[in-house]
Amino acid sequence: MEPILLLAHTEEDGTLAKSALEALAVALSLGGPLTVGLVGQDVQPAANQVASSGARILAISGAAYAAPRYATDAAAAEALACAAGAALILAPHTSRWARALPGVASRLVGRIDTHATRLAVQNDVPAVTRWYYRQRMEAVLTRSERPWIVLLEVGQASPPVLPQSPNAAAIEFLAPPNHATRTTVQDIQAPQSGQQTIRPDAKLLFVAGAGWTKKQADGAVHAAEAEELILGFLGSANASLGGSKSLVDLSGEGQSVLPFMTHLNQVGQTGSTPRHPKGLSTCCHGEEPHVVGWRFITERRAINLDPNCGWARGKADVVYVGDAFQVVREILKELGARS
Amino acid sequence: MPFQIVVCASIVPDPLQTLEPVAGPALKNESLLPAVLDPWAAHALFEAANLASQNAGSKVWLASLAPKAKLQQVMMMMAQKAPFELIAVDGSASGFTDSFETAAALAAAIAAIPGLERDRLLLFGGWESASRGAGSTLQMIGERLGITEQFQGVDRITVHSDGAFEVLERVEGGRHLVSICAAPPAVLGWATGYLPEPRNNPQLGMANMRTILPALQRAKPAGITGPCFASVSLPKQQRETRIVKDMPAAEIAREIIAWIGEE
Repeated sequence: MEPILLLAHTEEDGTLAKSALEALAVALSLGGPLTVGLVGQDVQPAANQVASSGARILAISGAAYAAPRYATDAAAAEALACAAGAALILAPHTSRWARALPGVASRLVGRIDTHATRLAVQNDVPAVTRWYYRQRMEAVLTRSERPWIVLLEVGQASPPVLPQSPNAAAIEFLAPPNHATRTTVQDIQAPQSGQQTIRPDAKLLFVAGAGWTKKQADGAVHAAEAEELILGFLGSANASLGGSKSLVDLSGEGQSVLPFMTHLNQVGQTGSTPRHPKGLSTCCHGEEPHVVGWRFITERRAINLDPNCGWARGKADVVYVGDAFQVVREILKELGARS
Repeated sequence: MPFQIVVCASIVPDPLQTLEPVAGPALKNESLLPAVLDPWAAHALFEAANLASQNAGSKVWLASLAPKAKLQQVMMMMAQKAPFELIAVDGSASGFTDSFETAAALAAAIAAIPGLERDRLLLFGGWESASRGAGSTLQMIGERLGITEQFQGVDRITVHSDGAFEVLERVEGGRHLVSICAAPPAVLGWATGYLPEPRNNPQLGMANMRTILPALQRAKPAGITGPCFASVSLPKQQRETRIVKDMPAAEIAREIIAWIGEE
């Protein structure tokens, strides 16, 4: 197997996130000589986490690498790649690496594949599995060009169980590369609604469709009640919120429908494809542009008034034919009684 | 401050079309599928037009690598949305091509724009396409043009009076990273932004088409290849859906709560 470099940036506390440890597990499974390249303000805690993997540890650290920024991250990754001399460069698909590493591939005259859902050796060469056309078709591909950078999606492997060394891990620090930048990172801004509705680590994705804002059986729109029910459910079930394009567009057009719903919540062909073990769809008809956003939701249930909706055509495990307002109201009542 | 904004945007099959891969790989009946401008790149175009309208003297180009005939059809729609000058490269817009080669062709076309001033240049595009969906082409174009101020998943740009601009980029957890860039040039890969799609303006469309048609005639061919594909297939998983009718809401609620609680 070819030499491998695993690039990982640290979190605020200097440790590695779960996604980086999962990428380490994939790198170890390939079996080649492994170098771990760390980037961050303080990388010692991260190095201690991976020391017993047997990998060589390179690092570039300092205040300039505390926050994500293209110029500094790309320069650091390029320097680490050159020092490691690896043919295959792996990294978790984080927003930080997704921003910087394509440019690094260009500098190294290499190639990059992002959103890899699987990386394994097939016929003695590494092969990447990824989706095309917004999760509508799956391809397995190989490349002869090197270096080959692969950004790995989460969920491919469990983080390795590595014994923690009592001693500080040995790190080969590289000199921070020269990088002129005109960009200053200011802040991380939470959603404008003040309510955190997107929770990537949640076990359940709750998707609200446009039906929440339509006229109900009494001929009236109940947007305020919809807001109360949805936010109540998210809080009680600790779920992450997704929305169909039609509902999100309504919010974006300034109509007073569901003010906490933004384009960041949008799931589907023109939105995100989140990863959660379970998903519950409500008031969404489950047509293909919606469902492609559910590609990585393992268990799927839907509540819909229409028994012939898209979800019923083999796209969900269970479709409850019913009024989502009533069902969610009952769920909140039941959960309230239990607590 | 007047900007020179180049928007990179290709075309993709209409999202409502059924897609099926065939050997190549390619899409079945690809040339017959109705096409649209890539959705996130279209947002980038609307943002570019808005920014240009707020900064007198600014200009917008739309750089696109796509089959000429198909591109012309899409341009007849998009020309009515925003004022721009087309930079066309004739080549495959397939998702199965490689971003490295696509970037090389587009960077060469952009670098050849007469009178392009790098210190006023903002390179826009969608942060991911609806075809390859890699989110890698823009960064590579930026590198080839020597631009190392880059932002991806952008939802907003706010220009300050001194020419600096604030950028909101999407990061994990539905949050935004807020950065200040002191001056162009910069690359901005747009997510959805906050602007609605502009209404069609037939007069604008006619004015744009006067420059679009000659640009299509001038389009140089670009041979773009891709990686070695071992397989391309549609997902086969079809679930056995249990349809629950006539169950009282309270009972559905209890079943859902039990399901959520299962490990």
